[in-house]
Amino acid sequence: MEFEIDKTLDARGLSCPMPSVKTALALEQMGVGEVLEVLTDDPVSKRDLPVWAESTGNKLLGIKEEEKTIKIYLRKA
Amino acid sequence: MSDVKNKGSVTIVLFSGEMDKAIAAFVIATAAASMSMQVNIFFTFWGLKAIRKEGGLIKGQNWMQKMLNIMNYGHAKKLAISKLNMMGMGPMMLKSMMSQKRVPSLHEFIKTAHALGVKFYPCEMSMTVMGLKKEDFIEECGEIIGAVSYLAKAKESNINLFI
Repeated sequence: MEFEIDKTLDARGLSCPMPSVKTALALEQMGVGEVLEVLTDDPVSKRDLPVWAESTGNKLLGIKEEEKTIKIYLRKA
Repeated sequence: MSDVKNKGSVTIVLFSGEMDKAIAAFVIATAAASMSMQVNIFFTFWGLKAIRKEGGLIKGQNWMQKMLNIMNYGHAKKLAISKLNMMGMGPMMLKSMMSQKRVPSLHEFIKTAHALGVKFYPCEMSMTVMGLKKEDFIEECGEIIGAVSYLAKAKESNINLFI
Protein backbone atom coordinates (compact mmCIF):
# COMPACT_ATOMS: atom_id res chain seq x y z
CA MET A 1 0.00 0.00 0.00
CA GLU A 2 1.52 3.29 -1.08
CA PHE A 3 0.59 6.00 1.34
CA GLU A 4 1.87 7.57 4.51
CA ILE A 5 -0.04 7.33 7.74
CA ASP A 6 -0.65 10.73 9.34
CA LYS A 7 -2.46 9.52 12.43
CA THR A 8 -3.33 6.25 14.16
CA LEU A 9 -6.52 5.73 16.11
CA ASP A 10 -6.45 2.82 18.53
CA ALA A 11 -10.08 1.75 18.82
CA ARG A 12 -9.30 -1.75 20.05
CA GLY A 13 -11.60 -3.02 22.74
CA LEU A 14 -14.40 -0.67 21.70
CA SER A 15 -17.60 -2.03 20.26
CA CYS A 16 -20.21 -0.74 17.83
CA PRO A 17 -20.87 2.18 17.31
CA MET A 18 -17.86 3.69 19.13
CA PRO A 19 -15.19 2.89 16.47
CA SER A 20 -17.22 4.89 13.91
CA VAL A 21 -17.78 7.70 16.40
CA LYS A 22 -14.04 7.86 17.27
CA THR A 23 -13.12 7.69 13.58
CA ALA A 24 -15.44 10.60 12.80
CA LEU A 25 -13.95 12.65 15.64
CA ALA A 26 -10.36 11.80 14.63
CA LEU A 27 -10.92 12.68 10.97
CA GLU A 28 -12.55 15.95 11.96
CA GLN A 29 -9.20 17.04 13.45
CA MET A 30 -7.29 16.11 10.29
CA GLY A 31 -6.65 17.89 7.00
CA VAL A 32 -8.07 16.91 3.61
CA GLY A 33 -5.95 14.22 1.96
CA GLU A 34 -4.44 12.99 5.23
CA VAL A 35 -4.52 9.28 6.05
CA LEU A 36 -5.94 7.81 9.24
CA GLU A 37 -5.11 4.31 10.39
CA VAL A 38 -7.84 2.79 12.58
CA LEU A 39 -6.98 -0.22 14.74
CA THR A 40 -9.94 -2.28 15.82
CA ASP A 41 -10.67 -5.79 17.03
CA ASP A 42 -14.40 -5.44 16.56
CA PRO A 43 -15.60 -7.64 13.67
CA VAL A 44 -18.63 -5.37 13.17
CA SER A 45 -16.31 -2.43 12.46
CA LYS A 46 -14.61 -4.36 9.68
CA ARG A 47 -17.91 -4.22 7.82
CA ASP A 48 -19.16 -0.93 9.23
CA LEU A 49 -16.15 1.35 8.75
CA PRO A 50 -15.99 0.84 4.95
CA VAL A 51 -19.74 1.62 4.82
CA TRP A 52 -19.13 4.62 7.06
CA ALA A 53 -16.40 5.84 4.69
CA GLU A 54 -18.60 5.43 1.65
CA SER A 55 -21.50 7.19 3.32
CA THR A 56 -19.39 10.15 4.49
CA GLY A 57 -17.46 10.46 1.23
CA ASN A 58 -14.06 9.56 2.75
CA LYS A 59 -11.90 7.13 0.83
CA LEU A 60 -11.17 3.61 2.03
CA LEU A 61 -7.58 2.85 1.07
CA GLY A 62 -7.37 -0.67 2.41
CA ILE A 63 -7.91 -3.18 5.18
CA LYS A 64 -5.20 -5.34 6.75
CA GLU A 65 -5.66 -8.07 9.30
CA GLU A 66 -2.94 -8.99 11.72
CA GLU A 67 -4.09 -11.70 14.09
CA LYS A 68 -6.91 -10.13 16.09
CA THR A 69 -6.23 -6.55 15.01
CA ILE A 70 -7.94 -5.18 11.95
CA LYS A 71 -6.23 -2.14 10.42
CA ILE A 72 -8.38 0.13 8.30
CA TYR A 73 -6.88 2.98 6.26
CA LEU A 74 -8.97 6.01 5.38
CA ARG A 75 -8.13 9.14 3.43
CA LYS A 76 -10.01 12.26 4.48
CA ALA A 77 -11.98 13.84 1.64
CA MET B 1 -20.84 17.73 13.54
CA SER B 2 -20.48 20.52 11.06
CA ASP B 3 -21.60 20.55 7.43
CA VAL B 4 -24.78 18.51 7.78
CA LYS B 5 -26.47 19.62 4.56
CA ASN B 6 -27.34 16.72 2.24
CA LYS B 7 -25.97 14.23 4.75
CA GLY B 8 -29.48 13.36 5.85
CA SER B 9 -31.22 13.57 9.16
CA VAL B 10 -32.61 11.18 11.77
CA THR B 11 -35.40 11.96 14.21
CA ILE B 12 -36.04 9.52 17.03
CA VAL B 13 -39.00 9.58 19.41
CA LEU B 14 -37.98 7.97 22.68
CA PHE B 15 -41.27 7.08 24.35
CA SER B 16 -40.00 4.17 26.48
CA GLY B 17 -38.36 4.62 29.85
CA GLU B 18 -36.33 1.41 29.91
CA MET B 19 -32.54 1.34 29.75
CA ASP B 20 -32.27 -1.20 26.93
CA LYS B 21 -34.61 0.78 24.68
CA ALA B 22 -32.90 4.07 25.49
CA ILE B 23 -29.51 2.53 24.66
CA ALA B 24 -30.88 1.29 21.32
CA ALA B 25 -31.95 4.86 20.57
CA PHE B 26 -28.53 6.24 21.52
CA VAL B 27 -26.58 3.62 19.53
CA ILE B 28 -28.46 4.71 16.42
CA ALA B 29 -28.18 8.40 17.33
CA THR B 30 -24.39 8.33 17.86
CA ALA B 31 -23.77 6.16 14.77
CA ALA B 32 -25.85 8.57 12.65
CA ALA B 33 -24.04 11.56 14.12
CA SER B 34 -20.71 9.90 13.26
CA MET B 35 -21.97 9.80 9.67
CA SER B 36 -22.46 13.59 9.86
CA MET B 37 -26.23 13.23 9.92
CA GLN B 38 -28.34 15.71 11.84
CA VAL B 39 -29.91 13.85 14.77
CA ASN B 40 -32.88 14.89 16.89
CA ILE B 41 -34.25 12.92 19.81
CA PHE B 42 -37.72 13.84 21.05
CA PHE B 43 -38.18 12.53 24.61
CA THR B 44 -41.78 11.94 25.49
CA PHE B 45 -43.66 10.28 28.35
CA TRP B 46 -41.63 7.49 30.00
CA GLY B 47 -38.74 8.38 27.71
CA LEU B 48 -38.24 11.60 29.68
CA LYS B 49 -36.60 9.51 32.42
CA ALA B 50 -33.48 9.05 30.30
CA ILE B 51 -32.73 12.77 30.53
CA ARG B 52 -33.90 13.38 34.11
CA LYS B 53 -31.38 14.78 36.56
CA GLU B 54 -30.33 12.56 39.44
CA GLY B 55 -32.09 13.23 42.72
CA GLY B 56 -35.25 15.19 43.40
CA LEU B 57 -37.62 12.35 44.19
CA ILE B 58 -40.70 14.43 44.88
CA LYS B 59 -41.70 16.51 41.89
CA GLY B 60 -45.02 17.91 40.76
CA GLN B 61 -47.69 20.34 41.81
CA ASN B 62 -50.35 17.98 43.17
CA TRP B 63 -50.48 14.62 45.00
CA MET B 64 -51.11 12.60 41.83
CA GLN B 65 -48.09 14.08 40.05
CA LYS B 66 -46.01 13.58 43.19
CA MET B 67 -47.10 9.93 43.46
CA LEU B 68 -46.36 9.37 39.79
CA ASN B 69 -42.91 10.90 40.01
CA ILE B 70 -42.00 8.91 43.13
CA MET B 71 -43.15 5.62 41.60
CA ASN B 72 -41.65 6.46 38.22
CA TYR B 73 -38.35 7.74 39.64
CA GLY B 74 -35.35 7.14 37.41
CA HIS B 75 -32.51 8.75 35.48
CA ALA B 76 -29.87 7.59 32.99
CA LYS B 77 -28.03 5.57 35.66
CA LYS B 78 -31.15 4.12 37.20
CA LEU B 79 -33.56 2.61 34.73
CA ALA B 80 -35.24 -0.78 34.55
CA ILE B 81 -34.97 -3.01 31.50
CA SER B 82 -37.92 -4.11 29.38
CA LYS B 83 -37.39 -7.86 29.84
CA LEU B 84 -35.86 -9.92 32.69
CA ASN B 85 -35.77 -6.93 35.01
CA MET B 86 -35.95 -9.25 38.05
CA MET B 87 -36.38 -6.37 40.54
CA GLY B 88 -33.19 -4.63 39.48
CA MET B 89 -30.97 -7.73 39.08
CA GLY B 90 -31.42 -7.63 35.30
CA PRO B 91 -30.12 -4.07 34.80
CA MET B 92 -27.13 -4.79 37.08
CA MET B 93 -26.21 -7.90 35.10
CA LEU B 94 -26.78 -6.20 31.75
CA LYS B 95 -24.63 -3.23 32.80
CA SER B 96 -21.77 -5.51 33.78
CA MET B 97 -22.11 -7.58 30.58
CA MET B 98 -22.07 -4.43 28.48
CA SER B 99 -19.08 -2.92 30.23
CA GLN B 100 -17.17 -6.20 29.77
CA LYS B 101 -17.74 -5.82 26.04
CA ARG B 102 -16.90 -2.13 26.41
CA VAL B 103 -20.29 -0.91 25.24
CA PRO B 104 -20.77 2.54 26.77
CA SER B 105 -23.36 2.99 29.50
CA LEU B 106 -26.46 5.07 28.79
CA HIS B 107 -24.91 7.93 30.74
CA GLU B 108 -21.78 7.81 28.56
CA PHE B 109 -23.88 7.55 25.40
CA ILE B 110 -25.74 10.71 26.38
CA LYS B 111 -22.45 12.62 26.84
CA THR B 112 -21.06 11.31 23.52
CA ALA B 113 -24.25 12.09 21.62
CA HIS B 114 -24.30 15.61 23.01
CA ALA B 115 -20.63 16.14 22.08
CA LEU B 116 -21.46 15.00 18.53
CA GLY B 117 -24.21 17.59 18.26
CA VAL B 118 -27.26 15.35 18.75
CA LYS B 119 -30.18 17.55 19.80
CA PHE B 120 -32.33 16.54 22.78
CA TYR B 121 -35.90 17.83 22.90
CA PRO B 122 -38.14 17.11 25.90
CA CYS B 123 -41.86 16.96 25.12
CA GLU B 124 -43.76 19.86 26.61
CA MET B 125 -47.08 18.09 27.02
CA SER B 126 -45.60 15.10 28.91
CA MET B 127 -43.73 17.50 31.17
CA THR B 128 -46.93 19.38 31.95
CA VAL B 129 -48.83 16.16 32.70
CA MET B 130 -46.08 14.89 34.99
CA GLY B 131 -45.48 18.28 36.59
CA LEU B 132 -41.83 18.43 35.51
CA LYS B 133 -39.89 21.61 34.76
CA LYS B 134 -36.89 22.40 32.58
CA GLU B 135 -34.61 22.37 35.64
CA ASP B 136 -35.54 18.73 36.32
CA PHE B 137 -33.62 17.73 33.19
CA ILE B 138 -29.92 17.43 32.41
CA GLU B 139 -28.12 20.46 30.97
CA GLU B 140 -27.63 18.79 27.59
CA CYS B 141 -31.33 19.27 26.86
CA GLY B 142 -32.28 21.68 24.14
CA GLU B 143 -35.50 23.60 23.91
CA ILE B 144 -38.78 22.10 25.07
CA ILE B 145 -41.00 21.44 22.10
CA GLY B 146 -44.52 20.28 21.27
CA ALA B 147 -45.91 17.76 18.81
CA VAL B 148 -46.05 20.23 15.93
CA SER B 149 -42.40 21.21 16.29
CA TYR B 150 -41.50 17.51 16.48
CA LEU B 151 -43.47 16.85 13.28
CA ALA B 152 -41.79 19.76 11.54
CA LYS B 153 -38.45 18.09 12.29
CA ALA B 154 -39.72 14.60 11.43
CA LYS B 155 -41.01 15.86 8.08
CA GLU B 156 -37.51 17.03 7.16
CA SER B 157 -35.88 13.78 8.31
CA ASN B 158 -35.05 10.81 6.11
CA ILE B 159 -35.19 8.37 9.01
CA ASN B 160 -37.87 8.49 11.70
CA LEU B 161 -37.96 6.05 14.58
CA PHE B 162 -40.33 5.57 17.51
CA ILE B 163 -38.75 3.63 20.35
